Amino acid sequence: MTVDLHAITMPKWGLAMDEGMVVDWHVEEGARLGIGDEVVDIETTKITNALESPAGGILCRRLVAKGETVPVGALLGVIAAGAAEAAEIAAGTAEIDAFIARFEAAFAVAAAEAATETASAPEIVEAAGWRLNYQRAGGNAGESAGSSTTAPIVLVHGFGGDLNTWLFNQPDLAETHAVYALDLPGHGRSGKDVGAGDLAALSGALGAFLDALGIGRAHLVGHSLGGAVALELALGRPEAVASLTLIASAGLGPEINGAYIDGFIAAGRRKEMKAVLQMLFADPQAVGRDMVEEVLRYKRLDGVEAALRGIAGAVFPGGRQGTVLAERLSELAQPVQVIRGREDRILPPAQTEGLPANVAVTMIENAGHMPQMEAAAEVNRLIRKIAG
Amino acid sequence: MSKKSYRQAINEALAQEMRRDPTVIVMGEDNSGGMGAPGEDDAWGGVLGVTKGLMPEFGRERVLDTPITESAFIGAAAGAAATGLRPVAELMFVDFMGVCFDQIYNQAGKFRYMFGGNAVTPLVIRTMYGAGFRAASQHSQCLYPIFTHVPGLKVVIPSSPYEAKGLMIQSIRDDDPVIFFEHKVMYDDEEEVPDEPYTIPFGEANLTREGGDVTVVAIGRMVGFANQVADQLDKDGIGCTVIDPRTTSPLDTDSILESVEETGRLVVVDEASPRCNMATDISALVSQEAFGALKAPIRMVTPPHTPVPFAPELEDLYIPGPDKIEAAVREVVGYGA
Amino acid sequence: MLQLNRDTLVDAYTRMRTIRDFEDRIHTEFATGSIPGFVHLYAGEEASAVGVCLNLNDADYIASTHRGHGHCIAKGCDVGGMMKEIYGRRGGLCGGKGGSMHIADLAKGMMGANGIVGGGPPLVCGAALSAKTLKTGGVAVAFVGDGGSNQGTTLESYNLAQVWNLPAIFVVEDNGYAETTASAWAVGGSQTKRAEAFGMPGREVDGHDFFAVYDAAREAVERARAGDGPSLLHVKLDRHYGHFEGDAMAYRAEGEVEALRRDRDCLRAFRTRVTETGLLEPEQLDAIEREVAVLIDAAVAGATSAAAPAAEDLLTDVYASY
Repeated sequence: MTVDLHAITMPKWGLAMDEGMVVDWHVEEGARLGIGDEVVDIETTKITNALESPAGGILCRRLVAKGETVPVGALLGVIAAGAAEAAEIAAGTAEIDAFIARFEAAFAVAAAEAATETASAPEIVEAAGWRLNYQRAGGNAGESAGSSTTAPIVLVHGFGGDLNTWLFNQPDLAETHAVYALDLPGHGRSGKDVGAGDLAALSGALGAFLDALGIGRAHLVGHSLGGAVALELALGRPEAVASLTLIASAGLGPEINGAYIDGFIAAGRRKEMKAVLQMLFADPQAVGRDMVEEVLRYKRLDGVEAALRGIAGAVFPGGRQGTVLAERLSELAQPVQVIRGREDRILPPAQTEGLPANVAVTMIENAGHMPQMEAAAEVNRLIRKIAG
Repeated sequence: MSKKSYRQAINEALAQEMRRDPTVIVMGEDNSGGMGAPGEDDAWGGVLGVTKGLMPEFGRERVLDTPITESAFIGAAAGAAATGLRPVAELMFVDFMGVCFDQIYNQAGKFRYMFGGNAVTPLVIRTMYGAGFRAASQHSQCLYPIFTHVPGLKVVIPSSPYEAKGLMIQSIRDDDPVIFFEHKVMYDDEEEVPDEPYTIPFGEANLTREGGDVTVVAIGRMVGFANQVADQLDKDGIGCTVIDPRTTSPLDTDSILESVEETGRLVVVDEASPRCNMATDISALVSQEAFGALKAPIRMVTPPHTPVPFAPELEDLYIPGPDKIEAAVREVVGYGA
Repeated sequence: MLQLNRDTLVDAYTRMRTIRDFEDRIHTEFATGSIPGFVHLYAGEEASAVGVCLNLNDADYIASTHRGHGHCIAKGCDVGGMMKEIYGRRGGLCGGKGGSMHIADLAKGMMGANGIVGGGPPLVCGAALSAKTLKTGGVAVAFVGDGGSNQGTTLESYNLAQVWNLPAIFVVEDNGYAETTASAWAVGGSQTKRAEAFGMPGREVDGHDFFAVYDAAREAVERARAGDGPSLLHVKLDRHYGHFEGDAMAYRAEGEVEALRRDRDCLRAFRTRVTETGLLEPEQLDAIEREVAVLIDAAVAGATSAAAPAAEDLLTDVYASY
């Protein structure tokens, strides 16, 4: 047989994930898949999401049944890539079996080795008076951030979010880079004091974070508010920023969905919170019970409401963006890209128009305000491209 | 965030609120222990250690041991609440309510209404409930339906350490009399609990599992059993939504009704004695408000109408365990088939 | 003899007279059927409530019994608001939702009349605890009847007040009858010895004599304020009316009430004493009586013309939030 065989494996979504359950296959054996097509719904303790096909071709084997749980990295199915015809596949059964057997053997070895590793846990760093929670993945264990030849990637979440925003991105990017994700002041497990709560304070915290960890230069990736924070830092300390990726980012125009901000701050009950979170996604079904509960647990902490009000009042006064940095993007010499979802209901897609020429713009169809989750593979590809 | 036991979670809630608000005081029998005795101070920190460490930190002005005189000190807690303090008084075992119930239901519970809105009674009464400790009939009852019955009282029943800390902080900050039920068997249960203070709203149920085939409402310790059953039945393709009301007064009726509208089947798991308990209350509510949605009769999983027996084998039969819950769920799912 | 200044004496007579006229008037009005529910009248016992409460200020608390109108007036509650409350009308001290047995005004330190015999003493331990913990300098007074003096709650409260060294005062108003049952039969032992048994001082007081009550109460209040703990007053007095209105008092001797009104009326005794010693002029007392009569008339007129509470009030104020 002259076709390439590709493995579809259980993905790692979030650094803490070790296994996932197959909820439902979208396609039957023998179906033709395009790269990026949804193949199977996977459920983890945190989220249910569709796994996208890593290759175009025919799904020649489905190996894990609906309702079964398997470890991260385990073989779910096999794709016969390229121009394979059904007859060729039928003839190549022995080859496919051999592929599977080799995979399983290698997987068993890898699993045994992995069992001795521990997942990296979140840590706290005190930086210039800010108490910041963060999580690191990838890069060489034991190597300090400043010593690597490749600049690390630093992921900065948005308003009301935390480092788990990057659960589909951090593990993947960590295969090739050191990747840091932090909780901004007032968010996640970081200290709830936000100082003035404005972009200067928040980018100051981000800068202090980089300094405290000895990160001289980083590929900054910011989402929503985090994008504006990253951009503010890049403009003030360009030498610290190797590249800038702005995902559904604030700071590019005056408009913002003020009702979302107000609603997020006000929501204290499950139903209210669910309705607010659904505004973030092109597909409202993406908001499951666990996501809602996690956000509610965060919001119930003393000091969170005050922190969010402080930031909203400083950065989004009167339901509009107080600081627009779009024109200043031309000041940046390093690579800059803007990624926006076409269905974004928080920030209008039109804010990507008329940006300076040095900015690469990607509009992702069928994604809302959370492209890093809704189109993770594409976003990871774009980050990898700019980070080299 | 760190692993804390149900006991530690409540202790931390008390300590954090006492640091934040000087009007919060704690009182109860042996809440520190050793009062007036020649040995150690803070000898117990409460009979099962929930209030340990509070008296050494806050002193005897804010952590008061009491003589065994519930009607006087629960009444004092009510009077103190109406006159400027925020007391957290312990009724050691809810089974003792008989000697002080007037102070709770006729005094504290009614001040605000009887006085035309001109009273604020921010009283918390912590109390232990539940069977499984082999403590026999006078130290194992639930009795929360009796308190739920009284207009003017709020009733809080946390099902885990995370729930306990948030609900206790909420109880202390609430301006109404709150009866806070702690299951004596759960004190050593552990879970990740935030280190900072946080609240959980009253009247807001938690959905601990979601599934489309049957709604299981469970209270207190029963929530853990229901979750166990739900996870087991999930493998057999039966999807359960498990609802933990958290508070029986106020009760999140909306969440229960919405879920029954979706699933059409209801099982209520209640450790309280079967006559006039929460299972009957919720069943009647659902029958009245969601009758058209029901595909099967409602099943209540409760103990039998007996006092709690002493012998371990008998007590284990008494408690509505996972087996009985699973049988009830299978019955409503299989109804009419 | 204690020297009281003129203003205090005027205040004392005004309050006692107000209580007497208030209760006598309710007696008359109740008989017409215009007042709903139960009322328990304090007429005859005025010297006790006023003698004690004149030693208190708004920061001090009292808890009363089902026979609470007198304590309420003595503590300074608004008479018009009280009357409306007793009639169950809008504008009553409790919005018409408590009635005679639950009449209260926490802003004036009146923690309420109480429908449960013995309900007050534990609450007063609580108010005393608040005062002690918040260091307000306040004290708290529990009025109980001879019936309530036997309740477990009362005795437990003596113990708790003593053990916690609370600024509490227990005033046992012994009018000889708990409903129809004589205190001589129902009360084992002595009220003052009970107090002493719990480790606190107890004092017998003639409740027909305002000055005796005032003096004894002053001592108890000063002791409590000084942080020296609780004490008890056993005030012996008489009620002119039945346990509740509608009680024909068949258990009382022939002519008993008439004799009390004639010979042991605390108001008449006060008047005699202050006029004979020249502390006040009879005309001053007469003027007070006229003012009080006007006040009571206005209160009744106000109550009878006030509207019933709104239907929505049925559902309000069960909780601060729900």
